[in-house]
Amino acid sequence: MSFGVEVQDLTVEYGRTVALERASLTLAPGAIHGLLGRNGSGKTTLLSVLAAFRRPSAGRVLVDGEDPWENPRVMAGTCLVRESGDVEVDTGMKDTLDYLERARPHFDRDLADRLMDTFELDPRRKPTKLSRGKRSAFGAVVGLATRAELTLFDEVYLGMDAPSRHAFYDALLEDYVEHPRTIVLSSHLIEEIERLLEHVVILDRGGVLLAEDADVLGARGARVTGPGPAVDAFVAGRRVLRREQLGPTVQATVDATLDDAARAEAHAAGLEVGPVDLQSLVVHLTAKEPAR
Amino acid sequence: MFDGRDPIYLQIADRIRTEILNGSLREEEQVMSTTQYATTYRINPATAAKAFAQLVDEGVLYKRRGVGMFVSPEARDQLMAGRRERFFTDVLEPLVAEARVLGIPLTEVADRLRQLDAGSGPTAAPQVARTAAPEGAALEDGGVR
Repeated sequence: MSFGVEVQDLTVEYGRTVALERASLTLAPGAIHGLLGRNGSGKTTLLSVLAAFRRPSAGRVLVDGEDPWENPRVMAGTCLVRESGDVEVDTGMKDTLDYLERARPHFDRDLADRLMDTFELDPRRKPTKLSRGKRSAFGAVVGLATRAELTLFDEVYLGMDAPSRHAFYDALLEDYVEHPRTIVLSSHLIEEIERLLEHVVILDRGGVLLAEDADVLGARGARVTGPGPAVDAFVAGRRVLRREQLGPTVQATVDATLDDAARAEAHAAGLEVGPVDLQSLVVHLTAKEPAR
Repeated sequence: MFDGRDPIYLQIADRIRTEILNGSLREEEQVMSTTQYATTYRINPATAAKAFAQLVDEGVLYKRRGVGMFVSPEARDQLMAGRRERFFTDVLEPLVAEARVLGIPLTEVADRLRQLDAGSGPTAAPQVARTAAPEGAALEDGGVR
């Protein structure tokens, strides 16, 4: 009960603005995917199209093998939670949960009630009366308890404090382990979600910058530090994302996956080689004018 | 924990190897399931599964269908042999290089080694206790921060 996603040459235009341009990607069923990228890179647009909230201008989108647009079967198995909850804000939360329990085939009311407790949400209240963080937390409850075959969280953490966010990550992982399904998390808090992810998609300016297994991405990039000439000689021919100099010492961040031989070579040249975390890699790769 | 340059699954595999070496995981003992591992350390279960698959390939763990993963009877000896081989290249050579940089004569290093050896006695037991102890601490700071 997991939906896979196929997107081919997807273009979405709002008037003269092109939000996505010929974006192509595959999301394997049953995995947790991270959707990363700067503001305006097209993350929300992509998720809206997958959830059939928005129609593509061009290109093809398949969710579980079918076009999601006006498709009752696919829509019943898809749940998009947008920032700040995306729920009926003027209805008591209990009524919303009652409704979802009837409307959503896999909705788990026990889980919902437990999570309401975890996030200290009073079911009698309406989301309009809540802080932004609490509204987001209710969105998280809805997204998890719906247990949809394709669950999309669009920056659901907004306004949530750190303990609530970690409670959300824990709840997500626990429920995913019991009920594997396709989950997409869009987030700017890359460090926080990195280890939850099996696969990562980075959008940049309406296109797919890269889509890769989290493990592969984790090994990508290296920070090379040492005497200037030695560093420059080592990074020559490699793609340098950033170069910093402090006196005679240079640190260069390269977009390369160094194998053991390359590491030994660096070591022999008196250089230190360190990792580049995913957050920094995304920052460098999606900077305004990346060194291409 | 889990913040070196290696992919997390390699770090998990290494951690299990170390647990077998220091005796906190015994031969024929069942190891945590991938799902337990994932929720305990807040990592994707596929990442944990990859680590286990690697250890099965190496013969360190074996699978009992429908029951779980277990430590192979020869795992400790096998790991011990491998680590012993790498001890000189991975531990001793960098130590000598660092001593040279710092201008510490190797005779002084050798003297200290003899002192340490005399102080700790022939048994390896204290070593086991020391490496097994930080378990709880590692659990707390492991995973998502």
